[in-house]
Amino acid sequence: MTLLDDFLIRAALAGVGVAIAAAPLGCFVVWRRMAYFGDATAHAAILGVALSLGFATSVFVGALAAALLMAVTVSSLSGRGYAMDTLLGVLAHSALAFGLVAVSFLHGVRIDLMGYLFGDILAVSKADLAVIWAGAALVLGLLWWRWSALLLSSLNQDLAYAAGLNPRREQMVLTVALALVVAVAIKVVGVLLIAALLIIPAATARPFATTPERMGIVAAVLGSLSAIGGLALSYQFDTPTGPSIVCLAAVLFALSSLSHVIRRA
Amino acid sequence: MSLIDVQNLTVRMGGNTILSGVNFRMDQGEIVTIVGPNGSGKSTLLKAIVGALRPNAGKVVRQSGLRIGYVPQKLHIDPTLPLTVGRFMNLPRHVSDAAAQDALDEAGAGALSDRQMADLSGGQFQRVMLARALLSKPHLLILDEATQGLDQPGSAAFYRQIEQVRSDMGCAVLMVSHELHVVMAASDRVICLNGHVCCQGAPEQVASAPEYRALFGSGTQGALALYRHEHTHSHDEACAHDHAHDHSHDHEAAE
Repeated sequence: MTLLDDFLIRAALAGVGVAIAAAPLGCFVVWRRMAYFGDATAHAAILGVALSLGFATSVFVGALAAALLMAVTVSSLSGRGYAMDTLLGVLAHSALAFGLVAVSFLHGVRIDLMGYLFGDILAVSKADLAVIWAGAALVLGLLWWRWSALLLSSLNQDLAYAAGLNPRREQMVLTVALALVVAVAIKVVGVLLIAALLIIPAATARPFATTPERMGIVAAVLGSLSAIGGLALSYQFDTPTGPSIVCLAAVLFALSSLSHVIRRA
Repeated sequence: MSLIDVQNLTVRMGGNTILSGVNFRMDQGEIVTIVGPNGSGKSTLLKAIVGALRPNAGKVVRQSGLRIGYVPQKLHIDPTLPLTVGRFMNLPRHVSDAAAQDALDEAGAGALSDRQMADLSGGQFQRVMLARALLSKPHLLILDEATQGLDQPGSAAFYRQIEQVRSDMGCAVLMVSHELHVVMAASDRVICLNGHVCCQGAPEQVASAPEYRALFGSGTQGALALYRHEHTHSHDEACAHDHAHDHSHDHEAAE
C-alpha cells in the first residue's frame, strides 16, 4: 500500500508533471506566437489515438507520432505560399475531423471519445504516471539543454546564424518538445485543452517576470497550482477535471491581468 | 590576406535573382559602406557574409579565426518576452559581468544593464545591439541599416560611436546605410550595389560614377560631390557633418 494507490494523488502528480513541462514550453509558444501551432499539434493527436487503437498499439506512441508528423509538416510547409494561420487552420481541423471519422470506424473497440477530447485524469494509472513524468523530464531536459540557443533563435534568426547556431534545428527541438507534451497531456486535459495548459500559465506569468527564466518558473508554479486546485474543485463540485483545471488557470490569468492594470494605474 | 573575400556570390530566392556575381573583399580596419536602392540585395549580401544565407553560387571566404560582430536590420522584441539588457548580453553564451559592462560602456550604453529591452528608446536599443556585437572582440563589425528609425542627431551620434569603436578596437566595419552624407564622410570605401556591384571605390569616385548617378539621380549626387570636394581634408572633424547638412540643404533649396 503506497501513496500512489490513491487515485487522487496519482491525478495530482499527473497534473503537476504535465504543468511543469508545459509551462516553460508554453513560454516559447507565446514568445514565438505559435499558439495555433500548439493547437494543430494537439488536434492531430486524436488521429494518432484512433490509429493506435485501430492497430492495437500504445495510445501514447500513436499520439506522439501523429503530433510529431503534424508539427514537422507545418514547420516545413510554412513560408511556402499560405499564411501560417491559414495553413494551421486547414491542418488542425482536418486532422481533428479525420481523427473523429477514423474513431467511428473502430468496431469492437468501445472507446470513450470524451476521455481523449477532454482528458481522464482520474483514471491515470501508475504506468501512465511513469510515462507522463518521463515525458516531462525529457521535455525539461531538452529545453534546459537548448535554452539560450532557443531564446536567441526566437529573438532573431539572423543573430542566431551569426552566433553559429541553426535556428531551424532549434525550431525542430521545440517541435519535438511540443509533440511530447501533447502526447503526455492527452490523459490529463485531452486534446482540445492542451493548448490552454501551454499558453495560459505563460501568459499569466508575464507581468511577474523580468527575465525569460523567471517567466518559465512562475508559469510552472501557476500551472501546478491550477492542476492541483482544479482537481480539488472538480472533486468538490463534481465537475469534469480537465476543464476545471483550465478554468482555474483562466481565473488566475484574469487576476494577474487585473493586478497588472492596477499596478500600472 | 583579406578579412573576407566574396567571390562571384549569387543568391536566388523564390525564382528571383537577388544577387548575381558579386565580388569584393575587405581588409583590416577598413570602413566600407554598401549603398543601393531598396531591393538591391544589400541585406541579403550581409546575411550571406554572416552565414545566415547559403548562396546559390560563389562563396564567401573568411580569414581563418575571423570573429564577426553583427547588428541586424531591425529587431522586434515581442512584448510577451521579458528580457533585461544584461540577460540579452548573455545570449547565447554566458559572459562575465565585467565583459558585458565593458562592451556596454564601449557602445555608450553603460547605464542600461538592468533595463528591459522593450523599454529602450531606438537609439539606446541600437547601442545595446552594438554592445552585444562587440562582446566577441570582433575583427569585423557588420551593421545593417543600424540607424533606421533614429532621428538625425541620433544617427549622427551613433555613427560617431562606431568611429570611436573602430579607433578603440581596430576592427573593420561593413555597413549598409541610406544616409548618403554620412556614408560619404565616414567611409574609406563605398560599394554601390544593385543586384550586382555597380561601382566601388573611394567615396568621391563612386559619387561621380555614372552608375551611381543613374541609381541615385544627379541631384543628390551633385550635393554630395560638392560637399566632398570642398571638405576632403576635414571630414573627420565633428563640424564637417554640420557643413554637409548645410550644403546639401542649400543645394536642394536651389533646385
